[in-house]
Amino acid sequence: MNVTLAFLAVIFAIAGWWLSRQRLFSKPWLEVGHAHDLRPHDRPPMAPAKIGLGVFLAVVAALFSLFISAYFMRMASTDWWSTPMPKILWLNTAILALGSLLLHAARATADQHRDEASRTALIAALATGLAFLAGQVFAWRELTDAGFVLADNPANSFFYMISGMHGLHILGGLIALTRVIVKTRAGPMGEKAVLSITLCATYWHFMLAVWLVLFALFSGWANDFVELCRSLLT
Amino acid sequence: MVDIRHGTGEQIGPAEVEDVELYHPHSWWTRYVFSQDAKIIAVQYASTAIAIGMVALVLSWLMRLQLGFPGAFAFIDAERYYQFITMHGMIMVIYLLTALFLGGFGNYLIPLMLGARDMVFPYANMLSYWLYLLAVLVLVASFFAPGGPTGAGWTLYPPQAVMSGTPGGNDWGIVLMLSSLILFVIGFTMGGLNYVVTVLQGRTRGMTLMRMPLTVWGIFTATVMALLAFPALFVACVMMLFDRILGTSFFMPAIVEMGEQLQHGGGSPILFQHLFWFFGHPEVYIVALPAFGIVSDLISTHARKNIFGYRMMVWAIVIIGALSFIVWAHHMYVSGMNPYFGFFFATTTLIIAVPTAIKVYNWVLTLWRGDIHLSLPMLFALAFIVTFVNGGLTGLFLGNVVVDVPLSDTMFVVAHFHMVMGVAPILVIFGAIYHWYPKITGRMLNEAMGQLHFWVTFVGAYLIFFPMHYLGLIGMPRRYYEMGETAFVPASAHTLNEFITIMALIVGAAQIVFLFNLIWSIRHGREAGGNPWRATTLEWQTPETPPRHGNWKELPVVYRWPYDYSVPGAAEDFIPQNQPGATSHAPEGAS
Repeated sequence: MNVTLAFLAVIFAIAGWWLSRQRLFSKPWLEVGHAHDLRPHDRPPMAPAKIGLGVFLAVVAALFSLFISAYFMRMASTDWWSTPMPKILWLNTAILALGSLLLHAARATADQHRDEASRTALIAALATGLAFLAGQVFAWRELTDAGFVLADNPANSFFYMISGMHGLHILGGLIALTRVIVKTRAGPMGEKAVLSITLCATYWHFMLAVWLVLFALFSGWANDFVELCRSLLT
Repeated sequence: MVDIRHGTGEQIGPAEVEDVELYHPHSWWTRYVFSQDAKIIAVQYASTAIAIGMVALVLSWLMRLQLGFPGAFAFIDAERYYQFITMHGMIMVIYLLTALFLGGFGNYLIPLMLGARDMVFPYANMLSYWLYLLAVLVLVASFFAPGGPTGAGWTLYPPQAVMSGTPGGNDWGIVLMLSSLILFVIGFTMGGLNYVVTVLQGRTRGMTLMRMPLTVWGIFTATVMALLAFPALFVACVMMLFDRILGTSFFMPAIVEMGEQLQHGGGSPILFQHLFWFFGHPEVYIVALPAFGIVSDLISTHARKNIFGYRMMVWAIVIIGALSFIVWAHHMYVSGMNPYFGFFFATTTLIIAVPTAIKVYNWVLTLWRGDIHLSLPMLFALAFIVTFVNGGLTGLFLGNVVVDVPLSDTMFVVAHFHMVMGVAPILVIFGAIYHWYPKITGRMLNEAMGQLHFWVTFVGAYLIFFPMHYLGLIGMPRRYYEMGETAFVPASAHTLNEFITIMALIVGAAQIVFLFNLIWSIRHGREAGGNPWRATTLEWQTPETPPRHGNWKELPVVYRWPYDYSVPGAAEDFIPQNQPGATSHAPEGAS
């Protein structure tokens, strides 16, 4: 559970930092009338959707850190051998990164009111998302064809399960992205559209980061790092 | 000296909080069924939770009948008995307590207490309820599935949970259970995002974090914990589903069943226990923290006194929330773990007693020389304090490894957790329902029925669970379908078991009185008015009772903390949070 605890430490640090700015040492019973409201009311507050996405991503991160914890704990048993990584995963990684870049571009162009460019980038991003999912399915088929089936070995099981879970999150992102594309299809892009695109882009960057961690994990590059951490802990 | 800022010199101007665009329902269906109004969703959550909770209550009757009168009821065989205890535990912990505190009270109270019109993401809030309902229906479906529901015990430990020897292990039972939990977690996440972001962003002008009622602090912290802890349950359920359906070996070691080698091998049952209790222990506080918060508000309001040590209460809630993530392995002392781990987890477990004890002292000091009104909510709040202290003290026993090992898997553990996270939070739920029912319906609950309900429940719960500690100390194991002939269990223990069963039937029956009261009082209760308890928090200051869609005509502005009771020199013994000066009359809408 070390990975999970490390993740929790990060979350607690963020929460502690935030709480430390909330005047937890104030004496509210002595303060009538005058409100020390920390939220600046002279400028518009941060969009709730942004904070909502942030909290949601923390939940997703908790989910994957738990999967990774389970991965390491199960790895300790003797029946474990690593699953070879199909080459196509490199291509998939590149495609996912391209999607991330495209969404970034879509956001930047929407900000500059270049709506047509933004729309094109959005649709291209959607295409890369679909291509990534297709690529993942190809990777699965390559593995099963080579005899690395789900129930054979825990490493295989983890690979299919965790990459599948990541794929489901990408699928959910694609649904949201499709909604944004349909909504911004006509008319000029306003603040709302820019916000939606920003949310999609943030989500995509995050899922790319998760995938990079997972890819490192499955390929075994993370092992040295984990060994180092283990030796530090014991 | 501290700078005391009184008077009206620094009043805040009119509300400049940006008003949210509300979703306006157009038909009866979108108003009352597929509603996006947090208040309707709260009632939907609460009704569903109470309905499924009644099922769990009946299940507890059935299992008590078996324990009190073994063999007297032919239809309760060993399989059914295990199904009853499993479903009773799971329903009570997840589908009743968690859903009612966070989905029910969270939805109703967060927007109203913070002066918001609604939750920030009403659509996701609606989806949250419907996923919860779906989870409940999937759970109920397992009663009718071939093989019946799972009988794996509420902790669902593998490998037994997915094997043919356990009821539902090789049939639909365990699959439906795991699917239902997965749905619940997804649904809860949607609701939880709402509660957290509403607290962060939806507060009205002047409502700083340190002016939030402790109820909101409790629900907020519990929600943050739940968002971090439920993924562990989700992961455990997904992995067990893989083991059960797809033949993987995450948790399943090599096993010979009926003389046949199963295809599993190498899996780690302990891994499941880690994941489960990483969720399971925070879950105790996910239920307890909202109860702590609510009980603080009930005590302060009904003792007409400000809460003692508000800051300390807030810090304690936050500290308990954080600490509860590093104690989970105290549920696994007998799993053969490294003794140093046991030492570590025993230490963290006992440290939690410090902030918890601070809370108890503060409740008692709030009562000290207060103008105590023994209204129904107050009775339940007082009952909570004693019950919680009781259950907490046995927790100190069980938190120590050397004491826990002989007591593990005895009735002592059952008595402990029923006291501390069964009876205690339920008492708060009752108190909270008696307290806020007038706001939800506009009418008071019937007092006579309420008194009957309280005394039977409170005294009865003690008569059920106190003797159970004794049964545990003499070594009576939990989870056993029947004891048979054993040398160490005296005949008097059987008599005690009969007594406990009869008390359980009586306490259960008292809950039917409560249910009847809930329904009867909607039409026949005494008119409550807007603020029957003369309380300070914002939900009692709404222009209409029950509050309409959107809660407020104009968003309230908050001028003070929520515990201005019996302020010297004030015209009344309470000053609502949205009243600027200490002496001016109550604002419009309060009565």
